Amino acid sequence: MTVPLAITDVVKTFDGRRALDGVSLDLHEGEILGLLGPNGAGKSTLVRTIMGRVRPDRGEVRIFDRVAPAGESSARERVGVVPQEIALYPLLSARENLIVFGRYQGLSGAALDEAVDRALEWSVLSDRTDDPVKTFSGGMKRRLNMAVGTLHRPRILLLDEPTVGVDPQSRERIYGMIESLRGEGVSLIYTTHYMEEAERLCDRVAIIDHGRLIATGTKNELVRATVGDKREMIMVEKVPTLESVFLHLTGRELRE
Amino acid sequence: MILDVVRAGWMNLRRDRAAMMLSFIVPIVFFSIFYAVFGLQRSTTPRVKLAIVDEDRSTNSKRLIDALRNESALNIVQTPKKSTTPFTAATAEEYVRTGNAPIALVIPKGFGAAPIRFDSSSGTAAPTVHLLSDSADPIAPQIVGGLLQRTIMTAMPDVMATGGIDAVDRWSGGLTPKQRETLNANIAAFRAYSAKPRAQTTTGQSLIKIENTDVVGKKKRNTAVALYAAGIAVMFLLFTSAGAGGALLEEIDSGTLDRILSTRLTLTKLLLGKLAYLWSLGVAQLIVMFVWAAVAFRLELLQHITGFAIMTAATALASAAFGLVLASIARTRAQLSALSNLIVLSISALGGSMWPRFLMPPALQKAGLALFNAWALEGFTNVFWREEPLTSIVLPVVILAAWGIAFFLLARKLTQRWDVA
Repeated sequence: MTVPLAITDVVKTFDGRRALDGVSLDLHEGEILGLLGPNGAGKSTLVRTIMGRVRPDRGEVRIFDRVAPAGESSARERVGVVPQEIALYPLLSARENLIVFGRYQGLSGAALDEAVDRALEWSVLSDRTDDPVKTFSGGMKRRLNMAVGTLHRPRILLLDEPTVGVDPQSRERIYGMIESLRGEGVSLIYTTHYMEEAERLCDRVAIIDHGRLIATGTKNELVRATVGDKREMIMVEKVPTLESVFLHLTGRELRE
Repeated sequence: MILDVVRAGWMNLRRDRAAMMLSFIVPIVFFSIFYAVFGLQRSTTPRVKLAIVDEDRSTNSKRLIDALRNESALNIVQTPKKSTTPFTAATAEEYVRTGNAPIALVIPKGFGAAPIRFDSSSGTAAPTVHLLSDSADPIAPQIVGGLLQRTIMTAMPDVMATGGIDAVDRWSGGLTPKQRETLNANIAAFRAYSAKPRAQTTTGQSLIKIENTDVVGKKKRNTAVALYAAGIAVMFLLFTSAGAGGALLEEIDSGTLDRILSTRLTLTKLLLGKLAYLWSLGVAQLIVMFVWAAVAFRLELLQHITGFAIMTAATALASAAFGLVLASIARTRAQLSALSNLIVLSISALGGSMWPRFLMPPALQKAGLALFNAWALEGFTNVFWREEPLTSIVLPVVILAAWGIAFFLLARKLTQRWDVA
């Protein structure tokens, strides 16, 4: 069976320092794979390698069974990227940003118009289509950032900390957008520092440190492999988290 | 506490290379450029290239030419380039009009017989000496006019004395034959004496009649704009290109470049796109500036529309590629700002945007031709000031296009660091 993404024994060294040290990883169809690790562990280098922006010293990246050398965009037509930065043109409107990046992705004519309308609706920005992005809230920018990355309907999506700096309402909306992508069978690599996010969204988790993949599996597999089957039962009174209190008081409606 | 603020200010400045460059390097560079242009010339008068037409071909006209040739402030030419045929009034005017010399002197027929007349009522006024000048250089006619007067006095004193005696003869009731004989003998001795070369400086009033004709600017509705529009336009074009090129740096900072380069767009295509955008921006800016000059200052744009279009396209290309080079050298917007201020102001000064290049020492004038903006100015000046045919802008256009290609290739090389790591 063809796996959407297969990374085999990838090594990358920058100035004598191994940023990636023999990383091998598969991403299955419709799967959300959480990529976890401390700062400087090699997450970004791995994501950039998949994007084709880093040329590995050794190893290979295969996308839908096809070798995808660095810098070769044709091999990555079915890959979308949502960077951690708000990689948008702040003076352009939401629609204009989508049109520009859609054209860069090779879309044009009716296909582009349809993709832009769909993206605006999906990111709940239909009522702000013509406003400059610089006037958007952090959450709106994040959603548009995601919409731009999925405009060409990729089958693999690389999401790099898509919820940084957003309010709980927008975060909930972003979770909803991610779930909808999974529902469409899109495979996602999800980089985050928030463990609760990974626990909530990810089917599997890969933990990377010092450029090495140190653990891969579902949450339960990882628990079994590290803590073991032993359980400690702690009786606690269930106290709502501050976030649940916040959402209870302020609701889940987006407000921008 | 106040000292802490001062210390923090200096600590920040020390780490801000762009601010350091603007504060200390830019002034030093400009100090040096100003000194090179104006300071180095203080000990000598700038040499003026003077084309001479001798219509008289008399002994006195030859004496005048020889005397002018000895003037260190003048560079005398009597034949056009690659020709042995002496200048005529027409060829000398063409020589000036095409920018080969800022001024020409026409010594008219009959000059030798009566170069000087103290008494204009005698009915035989001295023939008028003509200067054909390019008013782009307002200094040359003044230098040549002054030197002509001085040369007549110092190199041809016998002629001046003869003129004076004729006036005395007329107004004193007539010299006796004996007096005339004695004076003629003394004049001959004086001529022999004055023929001996020696250093001498004298000032005097106008002894010969000089008429100056502006052969380049005479038909123009607004000479200043025709001459300086190009200089100002090219300088601002460079600033615009450098600033707009900085959008690339913003795209790096925002992660947009990474996103773009993960699409179907390659770095080469992206740079070509940026080049095309900067080119179109430059074209639009030049059009706006020249249209404004035409509407507000009566620049003759429509009469020179073809030359303007060609020069605009070529200049905008070189300028756009130059902006890409600056953006690809700089690491941050602040660096780009400091770098572009330094380089654009410097090349504008040396290329002729801030002051005419003829004011510079000859070596600096030649060095200025290594700068692409000097060729842009040369081409625009040929179109709007000298009103030369389109063939005159072939060389500037070819050089600007070559610079444009070279700049683009350099920018592509420098941006390799943005390519796949």
